[in-house]
Amino acid sequence: MPRPLEPVSRRAQVVLGISFFVLFVAAWAVATLSGAISKTFLADPITMLGDGWTLLTRFGFGTDIAVTVWRVVGGFVLAALVAVPLGILMGAYKSVEAFFEPFVSFARYLPASAFVPLLILWAGIGETQKLLVIFIGSVFQIILMVAVAVGNTRRDLVEAAYTLGAGNSGVVGRVLIPANAPEIAEILRLVLGWAWTYVIVAELIGSSSGIGHMIIDSQALLATGQMIFGIIVIGLIGLVSDFLFKAVNRWLFPWRLA
Amino acid sequence: MSGPKLLVDGVARVFPNRRGGAPTVALEPIDLTVAENDFITVLGPSGCGKSTLLRIVAGLDRPSAGRVLLAGRAVTGPGADRGMVFQSYTLFPWLTVADNIAFGLRERGVPRSERRDIVAAYVAKVGLAGFESHYPKQLSGGMQQRTAIARALANDPEILLLDEPFGALDNQTRALMQELLLGIWERERKTVLFVTHDIEEAIFLASRVVVMTARPGRIKAEVAVDLPHPRHYTMKTSPDFSALKARLTEEIRVEAVRAAEVA
Repeated sequence: MPRPLEPVSRRAQVVLGISFFVLFVAAWAVATLSGAISKTFLADPITMLGDGWTLLTRFGFGTDIAVTVWRVVGGFVLAALVAVPLGILMGAYKSVEAFFEPFVSFARYLPASAFVPLLILWAGIGETQKLLVIFIGSVFQIILMVAVAVGNTRRDLVEAAYTLGAGNSGVVGRVLIPANAPEIAEILRLVLGWAWTYVIVAELIGSSSGIGHMIIDSQALLATGQMIFGIIVIGLIGLVSDFLFKAVNRWLFPWRLA
Repeated sequence: MSGPKLLVDGVARVFPNRRGGAPTVALEPIDLTVAENDFITVLGPSGCGKSTLLRIVAGLDRPSAGRVLLAGRAVTGPGADRGMVFQSYTLFPWLTVADNIAFGLRERGVPRSERRDIVAAYVAKVGLAGFESHYPKQLSGGMQQRTAIARALANDPEILLLDEPFGALDNQTRALMQELLLGIWERERKTVLFVTHDIEEAIFLASRVVVMTARPGRIKAEVAVDLPHPRHYTMKTSPDFSALKARLTEEIRVEAVRAAEVA
């Protein structure tokens, strides 16, 4: 019997992680191939893979994937460029925080998807609108989370820096930022995951390309295999970007693991 | 010599009341002078305000009354002229041992090559050769505090302030750290103000022990320690040492009892 909080070996971890995927696909295959669930509502795994292959080879789904990735990364990078510096300032200076915090807290609860109709009105159905949806969905979240992280910096480290002769810019640049860099990277990783949900919503409405567009197109054709393939692709990209983010963090912040 | 290195003149600290309670008097007006090259320990029971006093000298806290003069200049905030070693481990976890020690030097814009020489000298002084590129997480508590001492000294401060720096260490490590610090002081004669609740530590290190009362803190006695230098750890069992220890134990016991009654 495993005991609470007892670690498991790396090998067991990998085997367990993969076995749930296997179990999940097996259950799906049994439910669909046996005819328990009609093909109209849910394609079986084999059809799904076949549809996916057709999508990639005949309908240029690769371009759709690239377009969607570009939108997410574009909107997300813009949001991070604005939000990270502002969040650091808010965390470091209580007056800046008092000025922005109430509004940002309010704006954080505005659902990005609800902005889609308005943004179409303002920015049309081009790329600007897609980027804006992701930007709005990400920017307030990043600001608040970064501000909280920076505000919670260990006081004794800040005091140590003061007694070593650091001024305001020294404390911000050489203590607050490096102390919180790993946590900021972690926040970005988390919010990037949310940005993926916004991009699909943006693409479901008023779009002529992207994974979301393919999914809504497939719905009209009742092509559940294609829809599921699209969803799985999103999941896989998420998994890969998560993995890359973690690898980069490990490489950037060796002192955390040392 | 022109006046004391450090002058604490009528410094008091009252923490304002919270939610209608009475204000807390942490320090009653305190006068203290520290001569150049002197090693003073401040001994008191937990919660007597000795750390508050040190934080005020460091400029990390402001006195409610009185003033602190360092070499004749009023202390208004923290600065590089007063190096501080904290009880908690305050090395910057993202910097290596060498970069931690160089922190203050970089802040002052000391050129890289000069910085490297100073860091190497202090790494050697605290016995950390070979650990320059280790991160704090890879070090034991004693090594972290040695790095913290080196970091404070590398700035060449006018005075070194230590707030129970060995409080979290085990007894054996603590004894070794005391000898290390004393050895550095015997060679360099940096002015030191050292806060502790450990009687043996207070005697072994100091040329003068300042005993503080339980809250509200004030100075109860000042005891000169006329033991010869260089001091060896075997001195802790000598009759002179034991006599001082017995006397300070008596002084501090009364205060510890009072502190326990208040709490």
